[in-house]
Amino acid sequence: MKKFSNLRRVEGKSKVTGTALFIDDLNFPDMLHGITVRSPVARGILKKIHFDPSINWNDFVIVTAKDIPGQNIIHLIKEDWPFLVGERINHKGEAIVLLAHHDQQKLSEASTKISFEIETLPAIFTIDDSINKKEIIWGDDNCFKKYYINKGDIDLAFKDAFHVFEQTYRTLHQEQLYIEPQGAIAAYNELEGITVWGSLQCPYYVHGALTNLFNFSNEKVRIIQSETGGAFGGKEDYPSMIAGHAALLAYKAKKPVKLIYKRAEDLQVTTKRHPSQTTIKTAVDEGGKLLAMDIAFLLDGGAYATLSEVVLSRGTLHAAGPYFCENIRIKSKVMATNSPPNGAFRGFGAPQSIFAMERHLDNVARSIGITPEKIRTINFIKRGQTTATNQVLDEKLDFDSLLSTTLSKLKKDTKKSKHKHIKSGIGIATFMHGAGFTGSGEKYLASVAGIEAMDDGKIKILCASTEMGQGRNTIFAQVVSETLGIDPHHILTPAPDTLEAPNSGPTVASRTSMIVGKLLEHAANGLRNTLLAAGLIPEKYTEAKFIQALKIYKKKYGTLKSFHQYKQPEHIKWDDQTYQGDAYPTFAWACYGAQVSVNTLTYEIKVDNFVATQEVGRVLNRKLAEGQIEGGIAQGIGFAIFEKAIFKDGVMINNSFTNYIMPTALDLPRIHVYFKEWNKDYGPGGAKGIGELPLDGSGPAVINAVADALNICPDTIPYLPEDLMNDMEFLK
Amino acid sequence: MNTQKIKIQFTLNNQETIITTYPMKRLIDVLRDDLHLTGTKEGCGEGECGACAVFINGELVNSCLVPIIQVDGTIVSTIENFASDFELDRIQESFINNNGAQCGICTPGMILASSALLMKNANPNEQEIRTNLAGNLCRCTGYNKILDSVKEASKLIRKK
Repeated sequence: MKKFSNLRRVEGKSKVTGTALFIDDLNFPDMLHGITVRSPVARGILKKIHFDPSINWNDFVIVTAKDIPGQNIIHLIKEDWPFLVGERINHKGEAIVLLAHHDQQKLSEASTKISFEIETLPAIFTIDDSINKKEIIWGDDNCFKKYYINKGDIDLAFKDAFHVFEQTYRTLHQEQLYIEPQGAIAAYNELEGITVWGSLQCPYYVHGALTNLFNFSNEKVRIIQSETGGAFGGKEDYPSMIAGHAALLAYKAKKPVKLIYKRAEDLQVTTKRHPSQTTIKTAVDEGGKLLAMDIAFLLDGGAYATLSEVVLSRGTLHAAGPYFCENIRIKSKVMATNSPPNGAFRGFGAPQSIFAMERHLDNVARSIGITPEKIRTINFIKRGQTTATNQVLDEKLDFDSLLSTTLSKLKKDTKKSKHKHIKSGIGIATFMHGAGFTGSGEKYLASVAGIEAMDDGKIKILCASTEMGQGRNTIFAQVVSETLGIDPHHILTPAPDTLEAPNSGPTVASRTSMIVGKLLEHAANGLRNTLLAAGLIPEKYTEAKFIQALKIYKKKYGTLKSFHQYKQPEHIKWDDQTYQGDAYPTFAWACYGAQVSVNTLTYEIKVDNFVATQEVGRVLNRKLAEGQIEGGIAQGIGFAIFEKAIFKDGVMINNSFTNYIMPTALDLPRIHVYFKEWNKDYGPGGAKGIGELPLDGSGPAVINAVADALNICPDTIPYLPEDLMNDMEFLK
Repeated sequence: MNTQKIKIQFTLNNQETIITTYPMKRLIDVLRDDLHLTGTKEGCGEGECGACAVFINGELVNSCLVPIIQVDGTIVSTIENFASDFELDRIQESFINNNGAQCGICTPGMILASSALLMKNANPNEQEIRTNLAGNLCRCTGYNKILDSVKEASKLIRKK
C-alpha cells in the first residue's frame, strides 16, 4: 500500500494566502450585528430590565428569555445551562439581553443604556466554600458529580508502611486562547428554519442545542462549520451558546445576524480549564516502591454543569499515573461556584491530576533520598499489570525506554551556567493519555462517517469532525487515499454541514484520527468492495482504472456512498457504576523532560531545552504529528510558568492579551520530539490519538526542573516570577 | 462618532484607493469592512498578537492600532498582495512545506512578519527569527514549524 505520510496540509494554500474564510470573514446581504448585554453581579434574582428612553429602541431587535420559542436550556449532559437569564443569575457576565442592529457603533452605545434591577445574593468563588456549603448554589450540596475508585485495601497498606507522604497541589484557570475569538452567524426563514455558520468543534452539539431552543425538528436546523482559528476545547460547548444567541436574534429579525466576540468579552465569559486541588497521600517501601495511593481530586466547575462531569472523569482516570500499585483509592468531586462554567481544554482534566502526581513523585523521591528517575523506574506499570480501574494493559509498554530516550537527549544539551545567580535544573514527567471517549462513551456515541463518489471521479468525505488546525482534512485525505490506492488530490474534505454530514461525534478527546479515521478506512474499503462486486475493478487496479470505475458506477446507479458505524470491540469491558474495567481502548505513553535556568536575581524562569518522547502507534503524518506535540507542549509550558488568569467576582479581570501572557517565539526553546511506534492495533494504519497528550506532562516536567534547580517545592501552577520570589523570600 | 467623514487617499496593493470615512476608523476595519480584504485578521484589537499585520510604506505595523487618517498618502500592502494569481511566494510555499500554518488565523500576519525579517536579513539565525516574530502570537505550533518555514524560505531566497 502506498503511503502518503508526507502529505502537506490540504487547506494550506488558503491559509497562507489569507483566503480561508473564518467566521468574521463571512457577510450576507442585509446582515445585522449582534451584541450581548450581561449581568453585572455574580449571583442574584433579576427583577426588572430598564431601557433608557434616550434611545429609540424601535430601531433595534431586542431578545430576552421571554422570546425563546422552545427550551431555555443548552442541551448537553445535565440540563441546567440557560441561553439567557430568566430569573436567577448565577455568574457575572451571564447573558440577559441580546440586541441587533446594522450599525455596530449604535449597537455598542445602546448596549450601555440597558440596566438591571437585581436582588443581589451572596456568591461563592472557591472549591472550599462550595464544599463547606457556605451558600447552596446548585442542587442540594453544590456538587455536580463525584466518582469513587477503589483497588485493594489502602488502609491496610498504610498501616505498616515505611514512609507516608501527603501533600496538596493546585492548578488555576487556564484560557484556551485560540487566536480567533468565538463567533457565529445565523439566518432564518420559514421554509428552511435556522442555519448557523460558526467557529466550532462539534456541529452536532450546536444542532442539538438549537433544536431544543426552537422546538424545531432536526431538519429545521442546519449547522455549517466555518474555518476555525484554533479551539483547543474552547469551542466544544460554548459555540452552542453564541450560535443560540445569533439564532434568536435572526429568528426575531428575519434577517441574518452576525455575533462576534471582542477578545475582552471572549476571555471574560467563555469556558476555561477547571482549577483543581489534588491531595495525594502515598505509602512507599524503603526502595521507593508504591504500596498505596490515596488521592482526592477536586475541580471548580463554575456555575453550571456543562462538561464538568466528563472532565472530572478523565482527570480521575489519569490521577494515578502510569504506575502500578496494588492499593489505590481515588475520590473526586467537581463543585459549583459563581463563575462562568469551566469547560473543555486540551487534556480535559488530566493535566490537572497528572501535574499533582508528577510533582508528588518528585517530592516522595526527595524525601526518601532517591532520584526522580529511580522512583519512576521502580513503579512503572508494565504489560499485563492493572491500572486503578483494574484494566489489564495488554500492549507493548516500555517506559524505561521512553525515559532513557528523553534523558539521553536532555543531558546532552545540559551546560552549567557561567553566572552564579543562574541556577539550572532538569525535570521529567512520565504519563499516559487515554485515546477516544472514556469507558462506554464511544459505544453510546455510535459514530458514523462515510465517503461519497462525485461525478468528476473525486471522493468526498462525509463526517462531522472539524478541522481547527490539528490536521483533520489532511489525515482523512491521507487515510482514504491510502486505503483506496489513489492520490490524495482526489479526496475532497469539505467542512461539516449537518445537512449532509452524518454524526461522527464531537471533535474532542484525541478521537478524530483514531476513531473517525478508522471509520473512514472501513468506509473506503466498503466503497472499493462495491466496485469489486460490480465487476468494475479487478483486485489490483491502477488509479486511472479506479477513477473510471467510479464514474461508470455513478452513471449506471446514480449514487455511490459508503458509511461505517462504530462498534465497540467485544473485549472492551467497562462498568459505569463501579468505574471498573477498560477505561480507554488504548493509551498514548510518554516521558517528557525539561531543562530550565532560573535567574535568582530577577526570578525569571527560562525553559532552555525540552524533550518529548512518546509512543503513539503509527505516526500517520510526521510533520502534522510533530506540530500537535510541539503546540501542546507550548501550551503546557504556558500552563506552568506564564498564564495566570486573575479572577475577581468570579470573572477574569486580566482579560486581554496584554495582561494574560501566553508564550511568544522568544519564550520557548526548540522542542525536540521523538516518536516510538510500538502498538499498531487501533486507528487507521495503527494510529492512536495524540492531540491532548502533550498538555499532560509538559507542565510538571518544567516545574520539576525548577524544583531541581533551586531545591524548592512549588505546588501550585502557574508559577510566575512573583510566586518564585515569595517562595525564596520565605526560605531566607 | 460625531466627527465628519473625510476623504483618504492611499495606494493599496498597487492600486490608488480613495475612501470617505471617519478619521479615527481603524485601518483594519477599513480593509475588512469597507474594502472586503479579509486576509488581515483581528485576534486581540490591541496590538499584541500581530494577526492584523500589514505593511505601511514598507514598515510592518499592526493595523488594529492605526487610525485611517494616518494612512493618507501612504503605500499599504496586505496579504492579498503577497502572492501573484499564479504562484505562491516562497515564504508561503515554505509555510505549507513545513506545516508552519495550523489553524491559519495567525498565518497572514506571520508571513508578513517573516517577509519583513527576510527583507532586512536574508540569512537570519534561529534567535533572530524568534526575536523578529515575537510580536506575532501563534497558539497552535509552539513555533518550531514556523522557524523551520522561515529557514527554508531564507534558503530559497538566497538560492535565487
